[in-house]
Amino acid sequence: MPVSYVHLWLWRSVVLICLVLGVSAVNGESKSDTHHHGNGSSITGIPIVSFKWHHVETPYLIVLWILVAGVAKMVIEANHHVTSVIPESALLICVGFLFGGIIWGADQKQTFSLTPTVFFFYLLPQIILDAGYFMPNKLFFSNLGGILIHAVIGTCWNAASVGLSLWGCHQGGAMGDIDIGLLQYLLFGSLIAAVDPVAVIAVFEEVHVNEVLFIMVFGESLLNDGVTVVLFNVFDAFVSLGGEKINAVEIIKGIISFFVVAFGGSLVGFVFGLLISLLTRCTKNIQIIEAGFIFVLGYLSYLTAEMLSLSAILSIAFCGICCQKYINANMDEKSVITVKYVMKVFANGSETIIFLFLGISAIDKTIWVWNTGFILLTVFFVFVYRCIGVFFLTWIQNKFRLVPLEVMDRIIMSYGGLRGAVAYGLAMMLDENKIKEKNLMIGTTLIVVYFTVILQGITMKPLVTWLKVKRASANEITLIEKVQNKVFDHMLVAIEDISGQIGHNYMRDKWKHFEEKWMSWFLMKPSARKKHDLVFDVFHQLNLKDAMNYVAEGERRGSLEFIRNETAFIDFKKKFADEYSEAMPDITVDMSDSYAAHSSMRDTVPSISLELHDQNTNGLRETEDINTHHLLQQHLYKGRKQHRHKYSRSHFTVNQDENEVQEIFQRTMRTRLESFKSTKMGVAPPKTITKHPKKDQQQKMPNGKSTDNGKYCHCDDDDFEFSGDDGASGYDPSAGSFPMRVTYRPGAGIENPVFMPDLDPMAPMQIPPWLAEAELDSSTVALSQRAQTGLPWTPSNLQRLAPLRISTRSTDSFMMADVPASQRQDEHLPPPPPPPPPSDDDRGHL
Amino acid sequence: MGAAQTRTENKYQDLAEKTGFSQEQIKNLHKRFQYLSGDEETISRDDLRKIPALANNPIRKQIIEAFFDKRNQHQDEVGSFQEIGFEQFLMVMSHFRPPTLKTTDEEREAMRREKLRFLFNMHDTDSDGTITLEEYRKVVEELLSKSGSIGQEAAKAIADAAMLEVASTNVPHMGPDDFYEGITFEHFEQILKGLEMESRMHIRFLDVDAPTMHCGKSKS
Repeated sequence: MPVSYVHLWLWRSVVLICLVLGVSAVNGESKSDTHHHGNGSSITGIPIVSFKWHHVETPYLIVLWILVAGVAKMVIEANHHVTSVIPESALLICVGFLFGGIIWGADQKQTFSLTPTVFFFYLLPQIILDAGYFMPNKLFFSNLGGILIHAVIGTCWNAASVGLSLWGCHQGGAMGDIDIGLLQYLLFGSLIAAVDPVAVIAVFEEVHVNEVLFIMVFGESLLNDGVTVVLFNVFDAFVSLGGEKINAVEIIKGIISFFVVAFGGSLVGFVFGLLISLLTRCTKNIQIIEAGFIFVLGYLSYLTAEMLSLSAILSIAFCGICCQKYINANMDEKSVITVKYVMKVFANGSETIIFLFLGISAIDKTIWVWNTGFILLTVFFVFVYRCIGVFFLTWIQNKFRLVPLEVMDRIIMSYGGLRGAVAYGLAMMLDENKIKEKNLMIGTTLIVVYFTVILQGITMKPLVTWLKVKRASANEITLIEKVQNKVFDHMLVAIEDISGQIGHNYMRDKWKHFEEKWMSWFLMKPSARKKHDLVFDVFHQLNLKDAMNYVAEGERRGSLEFIRNETAFIDFKKKFADEYSEAMPDITVDMSDSYAAHSSMRDTVPSISLELHDQNTNGLRETEDINTHHLLQQHLYKGRKQHRHKYSRSHFTVNQDENEVQEIFQRTMRTRLESFKSTKMGVAPPKTITKHPKKDQQQKMPNGKSTDNGKYCHCDDDDFEFSGDDGASGYDPSAGSFPMRVTYRPGAGIENPVFMPDLDPMAPMQIPPWLAEAELDSSTVALSQRAQTGLPWTPSNLQRLAPLRISTRSTDSFMMADVPASQRQDEHLPPPPPPPPPSDDDRGHL
Repeated sequence: MGAAQTRTENKYQDLAEKTGFSQEQIKNLHKRFQYLSGDEETISRDDLRKIPALANNPIRKQIIEAFFDKRNQHQDEVGSFQEIGFEQFLMVMSHFRPPTLKTTDEEREAMRREKLRFLFNMHDTDSDGTITLEEYRKVVEELLSKSGSIGQEAAKAIADAAMLEVASTNVPHMGPDDFYEGITFEHFEQILKGLEMESRMHIRFLDVDAPTMHCGKSKS
């Protein structure tokens, strides 16, 4: 890997420069030395520029290290071949070795190392919060029993067995002369016992094992952190108490405190989770900072638990788990995304830093008190007892589990027992006065960490492949799966009900009812409550995605106007269609009746089927591109300012100015009017640029037909995706408020784009008989044309837009469009001046 | 293997072999059956409808219908019963048996298909082998009917979107003359691959005497 080699040289030089600048010094004495040598900063008189290193030293170093860690990760990630074999965490540790070596070379002393305070207060919380916040709740809770067994019993087993075995070996004389007693061994066992969530996520992210297996390992690693810290504290207390004073009472107290600490911590987290949810209920007016609450309160829950000497890790984990649903529903969509990203930034960042420093910390002579027996035996015992524990516990579990864990799964679970930074942090916390061999323990912990993270991490993927462990299906969740999931859940509940069993599903169902009835009522905004539904959610997400793809697609085709004015465009279309007959009575006088009649029709006609809409899209792609482009260009206002920069910190919106929007509307209207007039006069427009109002006139022209179809697609899409809030936005066509009040709220389209077809302002009207006939005709024709199905014109990734198009807006517009022109002419043949009805429909939809 | 318990009742023995339940489970279910039917030989739709816990289930109708569907009896028959006896009841229930460690891969696969088939039949109300859009819409509508906020239109839209997903994943290159008629079983299987149905679609049937072991023939 020559590339990274070069990069590493760069690092080295960067670091060296830092060192020369005196960066290397965190603790007192050496700091001042280098500093004075490096840059004589004592200047008399008024300095124009002064070099005040000490002034900024600490934050500067912190930021610098963050930067270094980030860049290191970047370099590592740049090489996919390497990361696909060696997990990133292992690589980061190796980079850490390198840095450590450089620092050591420059300084002859390890000046940077991960201190427990930094680790537990500033690096760990966000990782755990992230894990909790993104926890797949259903999966987690349905496997909670198994997870808890592993996390509690498994960890205790690991701690006890490792500690006792080491002590046994010590007694047997395997380690020579070291001063460690039984209690110290147990203490050591407890700190080395826990599987580390950071390491586990880092490794398991790469290998996509099936979700049950993942949640078992991951959930265990998350919860047993709490357990191990508690165990550690208990044993720590025992050690300081001294062997003699420990009696049954103390032991019982220890056990009680274990439960109190664990459950108390979870409870604190739960309370804070509720608090966050409640708080986000009322942050409507401060959307910019609402995302911050999650972090602040999450951290606060961590600190509170720490203050009460409860399990802080469990606290923040449960805080994340509890609040995720409610805050996601309560907050604005943008804030939700913000939270997601910021969470990831924090978590990923500190993960990187942690691994880097795990490497750096290794290069320190003082901690390397080599004791072959102790170290090797520890590694051996940790590995073996993990396997034994996992196999034994899963064996017991399998007797109760509905779906037993297979042998492969068990092997991976055992093998996934990666130790990480938590163990190291705890080891650093050991009190040197009480434990003479602290350095040996730290060194051994590091070895265990390296062994598990690097060796097991690297071999995990081949092992998973080799054992043919069931992998997770990597595909994204589809709507149908979500729907089926729901069917599924209900079905299982029903079967349980019928068979009279009270099982998981039954309990879950009961909890869901309770939750929906009380918790949601209490914690969720009323508006959010209404919208909250998983299926809906996925649907919404998919729609959003499609809309984005759609825009991207437009961009790819070069119609940049379309992109920029997307919102305006869409709203405009809608408005325009609604308004047209009212707005321009003078022009449309002769056909206004039919207009109204038609435009209403689409609501009365049931949508027929998926395949109908596909027809429009057939064979029209070429023309469509051109047409769309023209259409867009013509109708879109090229705003003077596409984006009005606002320097407000509390608002983050674009182009909200009503006047501007109105202007857009008026202008467009004007151009439309003109073009309309020209057609009315019988002047054929140049080329085939069509405007909606005269769509069908064109259609009657032999060559105009296809263009219409092309446009349909577009317009429909738009309408469908974004017009949802028309009704809500107070736009009322019947009020005759013509050209004004085009809604142009930012985010309006997001709110509930697809789901308000009913709000369409068209009043239902009766269908004129002749039209009804046409309707019939067209539908039959359409059906016969089903044969020509094809997926929408859009590339396959846009498919989901399509059904929307069809379903809510009735199909008649499509049908009309697709009915052969001759047929229509039958219906209303004599009208050169008045455009035949279908057009109205079309416009109605646009 | 079901003979581990030395029950000599022939009836249970037969059923155990047919359905794969253990005799204890069968006994339990039989109790339940008698309770539901009011000690009758057969059970009717109304009996099931009366189960109070079922009242809130949005797809209650489909579930109950599934019990009376002949297709779920593994006898290549189509149509539906008016009333079902215990054996049929048990047959339907057997779709929800969990796998055991002893289940071999082939058996697992067979079970998976059966479960899928059950689900498929639930959607395919007219037994023609495809789930048409109308059928699918109906299910989705009912499914969402309880969630209140989602109107019929939206349900329709969701059903349509889901349907289109199926169409596009299964027939990615639809020719211009193709028409997607509905979800066939193969497509259904394909689309639900990611759901890990086989590891999820089961419930716990209590074995009173042997609460920890789900013994029983894996064959069903």
